[in-house]
Amino acid sequence: MEGAGTMTLKIDHLSKLFVKGGREQATSLSDINFEVGDSEFICLLGPSGCGKTTLLRIIAGLDYPTSGSVLMDGTVVDRPNPKLGMIFQDYSLYPWRTVNENIAFGLELQGVKKADIPPVVEKYLALAGLSGFGNSYPYELSGGMRQRVAVVRALAVEPSVLLMDEPFGALDAQTRNKLQHDIIDIWVKTRKTIIFVTHSVDEAVFLADRIVVLSPRPGHIREIVTIEQPRPRDRTSVEFAKVRRFVLDLINQ
Amino acid sequence: MNRSSLKHAIPWCSFLKIILPVAIIVGWEVAAILLNNPFILPRLETVFTVLLNPFSGELTFGSGSLFDNAVISLERVIAGFLVAAALAIPLGIGMGRSELVHDLFDSLMQLLRPIPPLAWVPLALAWFKIGIVSIIFIIGMGAFFPLLLNTLDGVKGVKKTWIEAAQILGAKERQILSRVILPGAAPTIWTGLRVGFGIAWMCVVAAEMMPGTNSGLGYLIISSYNFGQVPVIIAGMIIIGIIGIGCDYLFKVVDRHSFAWRELER
Repeated sequence: MEGAGTMTLKIDHLSKLFVKGGREQATSLSDINFEVGDSEFICLLGPSGCGKTTLLRIIAGLDYPTSGSVLMDGTVVDRPNPKLGMIFQDYSLYPWRTVNENIAFGLELQGVKKADIPPVVEKYLALAGLSGFGNSYPYELSGGMRQRVAVVRALAVEPSVLLMDEPFGALDAQTRNKLQHDIIDIWVKTRKTIIFVTHSVDEAVFLADRIVVLSPRPGHIREIVTIEQPRPRDRTSVEFAKVRRFVLDLINQ
Repeated sequence: MNRSSLKHAIPWCSFLKIILPVAIIVGWEVAAILLNNPFILPRLETVFTVLLNPFSGELTFGSGSLFDNAVISLERVIAGFLVAAALAIPLGIGMGRSELVHDLFDSLMQLLRPIPPLAWVPLALAWFKIGIVSIIFIIGMGAFFPLLLNTLDGVKGVKKTWIEAAQILGAKERQILSRVILPGAAPTIWTGLRVGFGIAWMCVVAAEMMPGTNSGLGYLIISSYNFGQVPVIIAGMIIIGIIGIGCDYLFKVVDRHSFAWRELER
């Protein structure tokens, strides 16, 4: 849709300690260090409790590292920033707003003129495949539809990076599959950089250009796996199974 | 349960609901005839006569008509209620959003909360003398705490990700307050308004029984007692009940219309 700029996102030797009742400190993230290229699809993969969500929240500026930093285009990210859009597992739509009003929310906050909002909303509603549902309320939609609204609400303010925190975790397998295809479609159309947190090896191998595999607590990078397979990927292919086996072995080490 | 008993379930249910009120009315009339003492239990007709002439000052022996007194009571309760809301809602939002404000006010609120509003009557009289200020003070005391606690509860109940999503989309603190916290807490705040209004309505009637008051439904029923006019007392009580139910119903209608999402969300 819009031209891909040259964005750089650097996670620079980032660690996070947290205080566990009393004076005891536990490490949740240890020396996380990687760079994300423009228009790249990255999956953060790891077992629950490895700190992958914490890492994503730090990248979003919602949480602070103990040491190290996140650099976007050379500037430290230390607070939420509309350039770094985020999608939550619970969708986080505003139930008192219609679908249209939810999509418009970010534009309103940024002071976009009232008259300029509807065409943008219409465009993103179509991208979500939800034309005709603009005046519905979130509770009238299925889980999958709600999450698509959340995705385009984040996209409407034109972030450079889309951070997704186990966005399909609450959905049934079929819906999940469909949304995985949808998100690839959206990614191809918009060329956003996506950082996608998941604990599903299958999901990561299906989606990612590169998978950042995190170890259990304290979370550190076990390996970064590059997946060369062309899209759309076929889950039933031998090649897919081979990569999946490889990543699974990494996790189970 | 078989099909035919299900069919009959609905009329049977409404029959159950009216059986007690009807029994009480019949029992009352029978007892009134047997007692034959209108100073203890007047005949139903005399109560209805008062109720059917709400604008008449004669039936109430110079204490003002039912209607006039009801309007005066409603004006007072609305005034006291608005003062309480103007104080309690901002304070509740402040306490819900800021640890500092919460810690500053919490202990004082915990101390004052268990004191029944009517326990303030002597102090109200000492501070503000007899009159509208005292009455508004008592009403305000009654409405304040349900309003404060529900507002606090509503603000605390706003989902963290609603706030974070707004921050990420570029919301400033003021925008988070007006576009996320307030609408998100609105259903619970509305519950506080509803409960607070109910208590305020009870308080106004009690406050109007304070010595020196000379208008309002509370005054009407207490002065009718002094004149031995039991039908007026009972008619006044019925009007108090009806206005209470009516206001509660209005709050409920708005709740169902405006905050449907609260129930449907889960």
